[in-house]
Amino acid sequence: MSEFREFLIFERSREGKVGCPLPACDVPKPELSQSLGAAGARPALDPFPEVSEVEVIRHFTRLSQWNFGVDQGMYPLGSCTMKHNPRINEAMAALPGFCQTHPLAPDEAVQGCLTVLNTLGTYLSEITGLPGCSLQPAAGAHGEFTGILVIKALLQSLGEDRKVVLVPDSAHGTNPATAALCGFQVKEVPSDAHGRVDLEALKSMVDGNTACMMITNPNTLGIFESNIKAIADLLHQHGAMLYMDGANMNALVGKARPGDMGVDVLHLNLHKTFSTPHGGGGPGAGPICVCDALIPFLPQPWVVSNAEGLMLSMDTPQSIGKVHGFYGQFGVLVRALTWILTLGKEGLVRHTEHAVLNNNYLRKKLEPHYHIPYPAATLHETVFNDKRQNAFGVTTMDIAKSLLDYGFHPPTVYFPLVVHGALMIEPTETESRGELDRFAKAMIEIAEMAEKDPERVHAAPHRTQIQRADETTAARFPVLRWSAT
Amino acid sequence: MYPTDYLYTKEHEWLKVTGSEALVGITDHAQDQLGDIVFVELPEVGKTFSAGDEFGTVESVKAVAEVFMPIDAEILETNANLEDEPELVNKDPHNAGWMVKIAISNPDQLKGMMDHAAYAVFVEEESK
Repeated sequence: MSEFREFLIFERSREGKVGCPLPACDVPKPELSQSLGAAGARPALDPFPEVSEVEVIRHFTRLSQWNFGVDQGMYPLGSCTMKHNPRINEAMAALPGFCQTHPLAPDEAVQGCLTVLNTLGTYLSEITGLPGCSLQPAAGAHGEFTGILVIKALLQSLGEDRKVVLVPDSAHGTNPATAALCGFQVKEVPSDAHGRVDLEALKSMVDGNTACMMITNPNTLGIFESNIKAIADLLHQHGAMLYMDGANMNALVGKARPGDMGVDVLHLNLHKTFSTPHGGGGPGAGPICVCDALIPFLPQPWVVSNAEGLMLSMDTPQSIGKVHGFYGQFGVLVRALTWILTLGKEGLVRHTEHAVLNNNYLRKKLEPHYHIPYPAATLHETVFNDKRQNAFGVTTMDIAKSLLDYGFHPPTVYFPLVVHGALMIEPTETESRGELDRFAKAMIEIAEMAEKDPERVHAAPHRTQIQRADETTAARFPVLRWSAT
Repeated sequence: MYPTDYLYTKEHEWLKVTGSEALVGITDHAQDQLGDIVFVELPEVGKTFSAGDEFGTVESVKAVAEVFMPIDAEILETNANLEDEPELVNKDPHNAGWMVKIAISNPDQLKGMMDHAAYAVFVEEESK
C-alpha cells in the first residue's frame, strides 16, 4: 500500500486556481441576499477550496482506491449479507425502456415497467408465502415502518387501541425504533439459554394490549426460532399479529416460507438477500409482504390487471397512503427481479444452501479458536466472541482491526447486544471455498498472535493507510469542520 | 472494589443512600464492560420514574446501553459534569461518575437490592 499522505482538498487550495475558467461577467452581478433573502445567503464561502481539475480528479480517485467494498474482497458483515452484486442486474436496470421512462407516463405507455412491478410482487409473495406485497418502502427500516403502520391501520379499523409492541432482546435496533416511531410502547422479550425467544416469558407478556411482536428469523445469532409457529399461535390467540424482520431471509429463500410459519407481515431487504447493491447510503428497497387481512391497508398505488392490461390503481380506500414518491426504488426492483429470474427456482434454493454451508464450513474451522456463546446450530451466520482472547487482554475490536491487515473487511462487532464482545460473521454464498480458507487462516493466525504477541494485535492494523484511529477522542471531541489554523 | 455502604442491582447500577435521598450511578464492572464512554444522556430534574424504568443512556465506542432506575424515584439533580466529561464514569464510576440524585419514594424497595458482597458474587457468576 502506498505510503504518501493524502491532504484534504482544502489543504491543496491555492488562491486563484480554477477547474473551469469562465469569462468575466458582462451583466450586473446579482446580489444573492436580495434574491435568497438574508437568511438564505451565506456571507462568504470560506473556506472554499480553489483547485484545478486534475487535482480534484486525483484526490478523489486516490480516496476511492483506499475504500473497501465487496468488489475488492470478502466482507463478512453479519446480518448485513454483503453478497456479490451480479453485473447482469446492472445491465437490465440500464435498459433505456426502464431507466429513461418518465415517472408520469400513462399506464398504457409503460406496460413493461408495470410488468416488472407485478411480476416481482408475485414472486416475492410466492417466496414468502404472504399473498399481498408493496414494493414502495425504500429500505429495511422503511419497510418496518410501513409494516407496523399497516398493522396499526387494521387494528384501528377494528376499533382496537392496542399499545404494546414486543421485541426480543437480540433484535436489530431498528425494530424498537420503528415501534416507538409508530406510537407504540416497546417491551423487551428475553432470550432463553439457547439464544431463542424465551417462550415462557413471552406467554406472560402477551395480552389484549399487545399489537404485535417483531421477530427476526433466523435471529441475529443465526439461530432458527424453532418455536415460531407456537409464537404465532400465541399472538393470534390474543388478537395480536406477528411481524417478521426479513433481514436474514438469505437463510430461508426457497426452503421455508414465513407465511407458513404464521407470520402476518414481513419486510425483505432487496439490497441484502436479493443481491442489489448496498452500503454507501443506498438506494435500497424494503418491500413488505402481508397476509390477506392486511392487504386493504397496503400503500397506494398498486398494480392491478384489467382487460386493457396492467394499470396503477388508487382504489383501496383503507390504504395508509403513499410511503414513497412514485413507485419505490424502481431501478433496485429491476435488479432484484433480474436476480430471481437469472437463478430460477432451483438456483434460489441452491444459493440458500450455499449460504448455510459456507457459514457452517467457516464455523467448524473457527470453533477450535473462538468461543461461541450460544452453541445451537446456526444457519447463515454465527456469532463468536472474544472470551478466549480476553485471557490475553485482546478484545473483539483488536481482532476486527487485525483482519484489516489481511485484506478482509471485519465482521459485525459488538452486536447483537445479548453477546458480550460479539463477532458476527456471515460469509454469504458469494465466497468460494478457497476464499473461506484464506479468511479462516487469517482468523486463526490472529488468535495465535493474541496469545503470543498481544501487543501486536492491540496495535493493529499495521498495513493500512491509517493505523488505529482514536475512536474515543473522535467521539468525545468530534472535529466536523476543517479550519486553516 | 465495590463501596461497602452502597446498594446494587442486577442491571449494574449502584445506589448511595443518604436519608431519604440517594445518588445513582453504574458500577465499575458496568463501565468496564461498556468500554470508553463518549456520551451520557440524563433525565430532566423533577421527572419521576418507577422501579425498572429506563432513566438514561450511556454511549460507548462499542454500544449504547440503557440505565435503569432501581426504585420509584423523583430526579432532584443530575451530574452536569458528565456532559463535558463522560469519561468520569470510566475513571471514577462510584464517586465523581454519579449520574442522578433522587428522592426515594418508597424506602421498602431498597430491601430487594444487593449489598457489595452479594453484588461481587453476582458479577462473578454472570461472567462465567
